[in-house]
Amino acid sequence: MKELICIVCPSGCHITVGDDGTVTGNTCKRGEAYARKEATHPTRVLTTTVRLESAVLRRLPVKTREDIPKEKLFDAMRALDGVTVRAPVRRGDVVLRDVCATGVDVIACRDVNA
Amino acid sequence: MRADVTVIGAGPAGLAAAIAAKEAGAGRVLILERAQEPGGILNQCIHNGFGLHRFGEELTGPEYAGRFSDRLEGIECRYDTMVLALEGRTVTAVNPKDGLFTVESGAVVLAMGCRERTRGAIGVPGDRPSGVFTAGAAQRYMNIEGYRVGERAVILGSGDIGLIMARRMTLEGAKVLACVELMPYSSGLNRNIVQCLQDYDIPLYLSHTIVRIIGKTRLEAVIVARVDENRRPIPGTEFRIDCDTLLLSVGLIPENELSRGAGLEIDPHTNGPVVYDDMETSEPGVFACGNVVQVHDLVDYVSDEGERAGRAAAVYAERHPDGGAVETVPGEGIGYVVPQRIRRDGGENDVTLFFRVRTPCPKGELVVRDGEREIVRKKRLHMTPGEMEKLPIAREAVRNAQRLTVSLERAQEGTR
Repeated sequence: MKELICIVCPSGCHITVGDDGTVTGNTCKRGEAYARKEATHPTRVLTTTVRLESAVLRRLPVKTREDIPKEKLFDAMRALDGVTVRAPVRRGDVVLRDVCATGVDVIACRDVNA
Repeated sequence: MRADVTVIGAGPAGLAAAIAAKEAGAGRVLILERAQEPGGILNQCIHNGFGLHRFGEELTGPEYAGRFSDRLEGIECRYDTMVLALEGRTVTAVNPKDGLFTVESGAVVLAMGCRERTRGAIGVPGDRPSGVFTAGAAQRYMNIEGYRVGERAVILGSGDIGLIMARRMTLEGAKVLACVELMPYSSGLNRNIVQCLQDYDIPLYLSHTIVRIIGKTRLEAVIVARVDENRRPIPGTEFRIDCDTLLLSVGLIPENELSRGAGLEIDPHTNGPVVYDDMETSEPGVFACGNVVQVHDLVDYVSDEGERAGRAAAVYAERHPDGGAVETVPGEGIGYVVPQRIRRDGGENDVTLFFRVRTPCPKGELVVRDGEREIVRKKRLHMTPGEMEKLPIAREAVRNAQRLTVSLERAQEGTR
C-alpha cells in the first residue's frame, strides 16, 4: 500500500494505492491516473529555460510537452544545457525533439520576436 | 489624454480586465504597464500548473500569459510606463517616449499586483552580506536574466514561490539544504511540498526559524533554531547550516501606494482597497482586481476577478462617457474663473461660469473657447472688475472639451 498526495491540481487530495493497484481517496479521474503512475513509474513535466539569441530576452522558457520519467529529469536538464534557440520563436515550437529518448519533445512556452 | 477605461498593470488581472472591458463595449481601453511587455509575474513563473480551472490544462506562467496577450487587439498598451499618481479618475504617468502625461478616464482599473515581504519586514538579525534574496527576485535572476543565483541554498518560509525555487535551483545544479518554516505547517500548496521538496529530498523544518545570518561579503551560514508555541526561538536548539544563498518566501503584500495616494478606503486585514461586489473601490469609477485587492493562490481566480472589474468598468465608463473634469482658465482681460473645474459627468444641467474682467470695459465681447474652438460669444456693456460677470454654457459643450478659456475682446472705439 502506498499513500501519496496528488499533484495534479491545487486540491492536493490524499490518495491511497493498494497493493492490488486499487486507487482510493482521489476525487477525479486525473488523480486516479496520477496515483497509478506514481505507484508504478513516477513521471513529471519538466519546465526550465534555454539560451536565446537575437532577442531582447536572454532565456526562453520551455517545457516537456508531456511528463517524462522522474529519473530522467536531470539528464534532460543536461541535454537542454546545450540548446540555443534563435528568435523569432512561437509558443509550441519544438526546441528539442525526443529529449533523452523519452519520446517527448521540449517546446517553447512563449512567443519571442527577433 | 483621454480613455474610456484605463487599466494600471498588465499582469494577469490587468490583462483580463482590459480584455473584458473591450468585449463589454468600452471604446478606448488603455493599459499602462511598468515592464517592457505584458504578463507581469507570470513571465518569470516558468513552472507549470496554471490554468487548470480556466483552460483545463496545466500551463506554464508564460503560456498562461500568452493566452491573454494574444487577445489584446484593439487595446492600447503603453509599456515602460510608470504610473505616479491617481486622483479621482485622472492617472498621472511617465515614460521615456511621452514624458509626463495625464489620462482622464471614464473608469480606472487598478491591477498593480503585490510585493514580497523582505528581510527587513521580518527582522532577521545578523550580518548584511550579499546572497540574501526574496524568492521572487531570485526567480527573476534565474528565469529571466539567466543567472545562477547560488550553489548552496537555504529557504526561509514555505510559501509557494520558495518551494518552486527550491526545485528550480536543484534542477539548475545547486544544493538546496533546507526549507525552514516558522509555523507548524506549511503555507504552500500540498502538491508543491510533494513535487518541489519531497521529489528532491529537501528537508522541511517546521516550527523552526533563522536566528542569525553570518557572512562578511557573501553569505556564509545561517543559524537555525526550533521555536516554541509562541514562535519564539528555543535556546539550545540552534544549529548551523553553511550556505551561500538564502531565499525568503515569507509572504506577499498588496501593492497599494497608488490606492493610498488616491485616498481609497483600505481594508486593514487585506491591505488592499475595500471593494464592492463589482470590484468598485470607495472611489466611484475606480475598480481594483487581482493581488492588489487580496493575495490569491491561483491565477485562474485572479483572471476571474479581473474580468469582473473590467466589465463593471466598461459599464461605468459608458454611463459617464468622458469622465474626469474640464479645466477653466482666465484668458485675455479676465481675472479669474469659477468653477475652476467642471465635471464631464455632472448631470444634465447647464453650467454657469463666474468671473471678473481685469479693467473696466464699456463695450466688448466675452468669448469661451475650447482650444481654437469657439463655444460661446456674448456681447456685454459696462463691464468693470467690481461687477461679477456670469456666462451660462451648455453641458453638451463641456463633455467634449479639453480646457475652457474665457477671454474678453474689446470693441474698437467708435464702432457702431
